Amino acid sequence: MLVVISSKSSYRVNWLTSSSFVIALLLALPIFVIAGFVFSGSAEVFTHLYNTVLFDYVSNSILLMLGVGFGVLLLGIPTAWLTSVCDFPGRKIFAWALLLPLAVPAYIIAYTYTGLLDFAGPVQTTIRQVTGLGYGEYWFFDIRSLMGAILMLALVLYPYVYLLSRAAFLEQSASTLEVSRTLGYNQWQGLFQLALPLARPAIIAGLTLALMETLADYGTVQYFGVNTFTTGIFRTFYGFGDAVAAAQLAVCLLSFVALLVLVEKYSRRKSRYHSTAEFKAKAKLIPLSGWKAVVAFFICFLPILFGFLIPAGQLAFWSLTQADLSDGSFFQLAWNSFYLAFLAAIIAVGFALILAYAGRLNPKKVVQFSVATAGMGYALPGTIIAIGVIIPFAWLDHQLIDAAKKWFDADVGLVLSGTLAALLFAYTVRFLAVSLGAVQSGLGKIKPSIDGAARTLGCTPLQVLKQIHVPLMKSSVLTALLIVFVDVLKELPATLILRPFNFNTLAVRAFELASDERLIDAAPSSLLIVVVGLIPVILLSRSIAKGRAGS
Amino acid sequence: MKFTHVVSTMAMAAVFATGLLPLSVSADDNLVNVYSARKEALIKPLFDRFTEETGITVNLVTGKADALLKRLQVEGNATPADLFVTVDAGRLHRAKAAGVLQVATSETLDKLIPAHLKDVDGYWYGMSQRARTVFYVKGKVDPAELTTYEDLADPKWKGRICIRSSSNIYNQSLVASMIDANGVEATEAWAKGLVANFAKPPAGGDTDQLRAAAAGVCDIAIANTYYYARLIHSKKESDNEVAAKLGTAWLNQEGRGAHVNVSGVGVTKYASNVESALKLMEFMASDESQTWYGAENNEYPVVKNVEISPVLKGLGEFKADDIELSKLGTNNRAAVELMDRAGWK
Repeated sequence: MLVVISSKSSYRVNWLTSSSFVIALLLALPIFVIAGFVFSGSAEVFTHLYNTVLFDYVSNSILLMLGVGFGVLLLGIPTAWLTSVCDFPGRKIFAWALLLPLAVPAYIIAYTYTGLLDFAGPVQTTIRQVTGLGYGEYWFFDIRSLMGAILMLALVLYPYVYLLSRAAFLEQSASTLEVSRTLGYNQWQGLFQLALPLARPAIIAGLTLALMETLADYGTVQYFGVNTFTTGIFRTFYGFGDAVAAAQLAVCLLSFVALLVLVEKYSRRKSRYHSTAEFKAKAKLIPLSGWKAVVAFFICFLPILFGFLIPAGQLAFWSLTQADLSDGSFFQLAWNSFYLAFLAAIIAVGFALILAYAGRLNPKKVVQFSVATAGMGYALPGTIIAIGVIIPFAWLDHQLIDAAKKWFDADVGLVLSGTLAALLFAYTVRFLAVSLGAVQSGLGKIKPSIDGAARTLGCTPLQVLKQIHVPLMKSSVLTALLIVFVDVLKELPATLILRPFNFNTLAVRAFELASDERLIDAAPSSLLIVVVGLIPVILLSRSIAKGRAGS
Repeated sequence: MKFTHVVSTMAMAAVFATGLLPLSVSADDNLVNVYSARKEALIKPLFDRFTEETGITVNLVTGKADALLKRLQVEGNATPADLFVTVDAGRLHRAKAAGVLQVATSETLDKLIPAHLKDVDGYWYGMSQRARTVFYVKGKVDPAELTTYEDLADPKWKGRICIRSSSNIYNQSLVASMIDANGVEATEAWAKGLVANFAKPPAGGDTDQLRAAAAGVCDIAIANTYYYARLIHSKKESDNEVAAKLGTAWLNQEGRGAHVNVSGVGVTKYASNVESALKLMEFMASDESQTWYGAENNEYPVVKNVEISPVLKGLGEFKADDIELSKLGTNNRAAVELMDRAGWK
């Protein structure tokens, strides 16, 4: 579609609305394709699962969600609060270091901890050597369990809550808290009665991301032998060779997520959260000293220790001492991963900005529905999204091939399928929820009256976006870029099935070796994922901090 | 601002790099395009040798078999893929049934590869094989006790068996072969008995089961031969120790033989480069490649009279089940269903 951008403001509205319409529908397409499977095939598989394992799968999924939800809140909120409002030794380093676990793929952390804590691993072997006990004669935490899966997922997913709630704490005007102090609230009342309720949309956004990723996880639960609903989807796909039934199960998962999202929306009902301060006073940090500082230090240090230092240290140890490093293509792999993640982040956040802005300016039911639909893609396993992508792409390819044959008598082959375009599209669909969540929670805090004022003063919507919103929500946008970037770095299933010939990424290499039970040889690639993921984590958190420092 | 500068430079570089990638691959005599469920590390060296010898380029995409199969299906007659490689016969059968393969045979291949290791209708050939068998802890188990797969459901093994999840295709194929031998009902009863004998809930891979057995969690572990062979080969001392503690037992030697499965390859229905594809298949069946499978991946050759790797020789000779392998594919669904019913997680 060709869109002429006119200087007249009324056309800009149309441009924005119509492009948001196209983008939303396009991004929702794979989900619609998957949902379309509901109308084909039989209920045979479902009956079988219902009669045998479904209860187990569903209850495991729910327990996993509850556990991970509790875990990410417990790790994410206190750390975000401490690093944004209090001052204690190490705060500045913790502020960005707390993001590090985000760069560790969940299945990789599962592998490393299993290597350490499994019965045959060094920790238990030492215990047995020291005490002389044998198998079953002593109690040790079984890492390969539901509890283990909860721990692993919470350790790498809490940064979502941390990142978004910290951005919210930082964006809360300091004056709000200060006024509360003058009104007689102490620090804790300020936290529980003001800061937390005000940050609620951001906390919920972070929690939603963490839970959706939990639902989509296959690698970790499968390795731990914890059967979840997602396991059921893949059992159906791989075991029965029945993609249709697998898609139907995926739709059940989607409906469940939709229900959760609706319940949350309903519970918030009419309340809106806007920051009142048009200018931000430089916040005064609450200084902590003595035992309080020590406690704060450990609250922030432990998630980093267990979520990053130990697994990364294990990976580094394996890489340096035992791994097979003979294959020298690491630079190429790292570069491929990097630029894919980078492009995907730019595209996903660009689209998210357009969608969020159009939704705020001119909410259209169809667009809202499509955006909500596409956003739920995050809860679907990547493989299922990938199937939803290849079907319409291949269809379009066949139309192109037919047209080219008819009119130019030329054989063009597949133009879209098996290209990076398909891959980037899949990433955008899969990670739209992430970028949109971060962007929207930033946008939601800017009072609509500011928009109104700017428009009255003659700004076009695009100018409002560029000159008012982007500076005001720079940290939210950077946050969105960061999360998508790191998520794409780790992304595996869609990359596997959609990538072009002879094209590999770090995640693909790490997975291939790990799934071939060569964990140690997978260590260098896994470590590189973490390292490449570190760069933007550090760059962006600095940039966010800078945005904070200036008034 | 500096950061924006860096960002825009990187963006440009990234776009530039994207432009360099081939967007689509067309028909060419000197080309074979492969969709492979076999991991890159286990097949690319072979393709590189092929390119060296013949000058034919091999383009490779690896992935999970069912996802690649789906990709083949939706790409239809426009697919660039000429060959489909999988690591189990069940998936080859699935591909055949889905109509994405074609009959492509060669005299050379027919001569080299025995009948039970290829498709009856000529849609695919097996290229390497492995057995799924029992590894016992020396000193804890008398190998004479290990007789058949069926016997593993006997209560005398209660709490002594380590095996991975039933989500895994190796277990599904094993059960599929038992369905062929004993029928669904008997196999389901067997699976229930086996589950009752588990030392721990299934988790991890085959290597984990071997390690668990060596560490004392169970007395016998069921695993594919190449995982065990890899432990022997390993540069890590602790791996060698695990292998040293375990012995290999071959089951059903009086009857149908030990369960084997193949990695295999078939020409896609809409392949543009059938001739080169067949050349590559013949190369994979050559003595050089067949020896390579043994040396690099600890697999057994499919071609008779090819030297078996010393480590595999050490496991001893055995009689292999010569079930028609496509039955593993047809029985796979029934296998998964019965394992669900038997509570095999």
